[in-house]
Amino acid sequence: MDDLDQLEAQSIFILREAYRKLKPLAMLWSLGKDSNVMLWLARKAFLGNVPFPVMHVDTGKKFPEMYKFRDEYTKKWNLELLLGDCPPVEDIDPTLPPAARSAARKTAGLAAMIDKYKLAGVIAGIRRDEQATRAKERVFSPRGAGHKWDVRNQPPEFWDQYATPHEPGMHVRVHPLLSWREIDIWRYIEREDIPLVDLYFAKDGKRYRSLGDQDITSPVESNATTVAEVIAELETSRTSERAGRAMDHESEDAFERLRVAGYL
Amino acid sequence: MSTIPTPAPQEAATPIVIVGHVDHGKSTLIGRLLYDTDSLPDGRVAQIIESSKKRGLTVEWSFLLDSLQIERDQGVTVDSTRIPFRLGTRQFVIVDAPGHRQFLRNMITGAADAEAAVLVVDANEGAQEQTRRHAMLLRLIGIRHVIVLMNKVDIFNYDQKKIEAAERDITALLHQLEIEPTVFVPASAREGDNMASRSDKMPWYKGPTLTEALAAVPAPSSRADLPLRLPVQDVYRFDTKRIVVGRIERGRIRVGDEVVIGVHGARARIATIESWHTAPQVAAIAGQSVAVTLEPDVIPDRGDFLYPASAAPLRAARIRTRLFWLRQEPLRVGESFKLRLATAEHQVTVAAIDSVVRLEDLTEHPAEEVPPEGFAEITLAVSETMLFDAFVPGTSDGRGVLVDRNQQIVGGAPLIGIAESVAGRNAIHPTDSAVSLWDRAQAKGHRGGVFWMTGLPGAGKSTLARGAETRLFARGVDVSVLDGDTLRAGLCSDLGFSEADRRENVRRAAAVARILAESGQVVIVALISPTIADRELARQIVGEGFHEIFIDTPQATCEERDPKGLYAAARAGKIEGFTGIDAPYEAPVKPALRLETANASSDETAARLAAFIGEETRLDGAVQRQKS
Repeated sequence: MDDLDQLEAQSIFILREAYRKLKPLAMLWSLGKDSNVMLWLARKAFLGNVPFPVMHVDTGKKFPEMYKFRDEYTKKWNLELLLGDCPPVEDIDPTLPPAARSAARKTAGLAAMIDKYKLAGVIAGIRRDEQATRAKERVFSPRGAGHKWDVRNQPPEFWDQYATPHEPGMHVRVHPLLSWREIDIWRYIEREDIPLVDLYFAKDGKRYRSLGDQDITSPVESNATTVAEVIAELETSRTSERAGRAMDHESEDAFERLRVAGYL
Repeated sequence: MSTIPTPAPQEAATPIVIVGHVDHGKSTLIGRLLYDTDSLPDGRVAQIIESSKKRGLTVEWSFLLDSLQIERDQGVTVDSTRIPFRLGTRQFVIVDAPGHRQFLRNMITGAADAEAAVLVVDANEGAQEQTRRHAMLLRLIGIRHVIVLMNKVDIFNYDQKKIEAAERDITALLHQLEIEPTVFVPASAREGDNMASRSDKMPWYKGPTLTEALAAVPAPSSRADLPLRLPVQDVYRFDTKRIVVGRIERGRIRVGDEVVIGVHGARARIATIESWHTAPQVAAIAGQSVAVTLEPDVIPDRGDFLYPASAAPLRAARIRTRLFWLRQEPLRVGESFKLRLATAEHQVTVAAIDSVVRLEDLTEHPAEEVPPEGFAEITLAVSETMLFDAFVPGTSDGRGVLVDRNQQIVGGAPLIGIAESVAGRNAIHPTDSAVSLWDRAQAKGHRGGVFWMTGLPGAGKSTLARGAETRLFARGVDVSVLDGDTLRAGLCSDLGFSEADRRENVRRAAAVARILAESGQVVIVALISPTIADRELARQIVGEGFHEIFIDTPQATCEERDPKGLYAAARAGKIEGFTGIDAPYEAPVKPALRLETANASSDETAARLAAFIGEETRLDGAVQRQKS
């Protein structure tokens, strides 16, 4: 088994644990590269089926290409799609810096969906290497009342045994891609031929490396027009993946505050 | 335009954990190592420089790891992080573990999968409490390669004699734990001596630098050539196929192989290996998450091992294990847990604390309890016979984990083996009474037994139980009733209605029923016990003499009766997780007795129940056989 085989096997194991232990369960589908890989892994785990709904928390500010992609593949992959919307930015904590405040709309939208569907488990495609705060995550990350992430009091997690609390009002975030790196995601996309929104590929010398809302995401300089070229670019790149995400850079603790409150 | 070579297949990264006492220099070591090996993305270096400047410090490499605001303010690393880095063509992942004692569980989270460890020791201070604690943990989680980095040797002016004296102390400590250190590296992380490049200040040292020592860590050994262990993770039914899924922990499978299933030992052949978007497979090896069909189409349970008849796991109901205890309260004999082993979960009780490790000198002593975050050897009594392999470092064998009834992980239990005998004055010795069941039955004129009534809320369980009780008592039967509400008013008043609490409620009811039945009583239990698993647990606890009675009342009738007004409250959304409304009820498949109540008076039904119980507890041939 090479490294991609091992990552794949581990993610499938995690997805099957989540499906067995957490009911009702749903998977976040942000339409980005990581969540497409995650959905692909679910189809591997469940032999072509996706036995739980996928959720799109719609900020209303995604790129048109992303909505088109969502509608096309919902049909093609026979997905049960749950849609949720987000409150207006005026309803969000005004002490957050502007971009973080905008991103926090998604947190509120997600919280509303979790409550509405009484979810015990939410599968999300975050990775440790994306952002330092995400590096602290568990594979199964319990969220207490008000969906709060208690960073300083996380359960032990070892030997593939995961915390699965069943207290009312709690849910568990499940992170099957936690150990994947950005380049692993791209190599797996190449190996499996996983479809993507074409915003990831260069047009006029720029491409998106990470996709968020239109107003707080910017493209990076790049000439990579194919998956193979993206991989080659990443092998020499020394800038971080989320360099184009405004809320990561506003202040040292802005991103952590977002995450404690339930952001991904 | 594509002239890009396809990357060669890569080995998975080797995880390396860095442990050691607080302030002995772990974070500095990691920061320095990443810098020396040019493994930092530009953004990170800029961040560190900026953060250090803001605080008026010279460049502080440890900031790299203290990436959470709260940690940085306290100047300590709280949680473990994973940092990829590369030496030549080989990928590593550095796992940073904290030095603060109360964060042991975070350290385990990071360290448990590591292939090798770097134990950082301040050469000047020598082994401290956390040095010993972490070394103990390395042994218990089974890390085989330990590189000892003697840090801060610049304080000794790189003096060979002093450094070697410090080294002898650490060697003695590790030998006590049966750990053979792979290598000692005298170094200064801050100054960069013997980190990525050879120090010119210690010409007497001929061993490897830290990076050379890391590069020499052997790759994880393959588990594919060991006998098969495939723990069943789940069983799916897609289309018409029944599919058994799980990860192969060791060994391999091939279509046509015969396997033995679980403790019951049914046999089957691997009929197919199923997959999606993968070339058809006829074989699979350790590490792969597989989906198989079996021939004949037997239905294993989650937790069952599939294994070859030629190499079966051990089988026991009493097991000795090492323990690293993660709870903040002590552990005492008599506490019950779930023992998770791979995908299995077994009900266990701590039968004995055999010894506890004293951290001052790592010696083992008898003790009444295992202290918070302590290390011990204990004996577990399992509620049923289970299969297991003894813990072997470098495999997933015997990796037991204890969880409490809230599904919180409270300890790690590397299993040692079958407990042959019990010793020590804290041991639980379930004693056999000198008064035999036969003696009791003779005196009472009937046998004891447990009649477990299950059914929807409002089905009539308590009413029928009380009716049968009156009738049986009138005939001289020593009978009692345990009903849900009575239990919850007293014995179980600390329990709520979460899944874990309901199950605990069932466990306690069954344990009490068993004691009463063993004293010769007829016990009627009236408990919704909605799931098949709940009642299976009760059956296991009670053992012989357990009878499942299904009070079969249509839900509409129950709801119409609604004696406690609960359905109305549940419909109004005032009760969550109410059985029959928004929580499922799993009817028994083959109850010992089914009582339909819709079209009969409760008097008639209670009489039928009393008659059935009377028949089942009659002094008859079974007891006669026992006597002879």
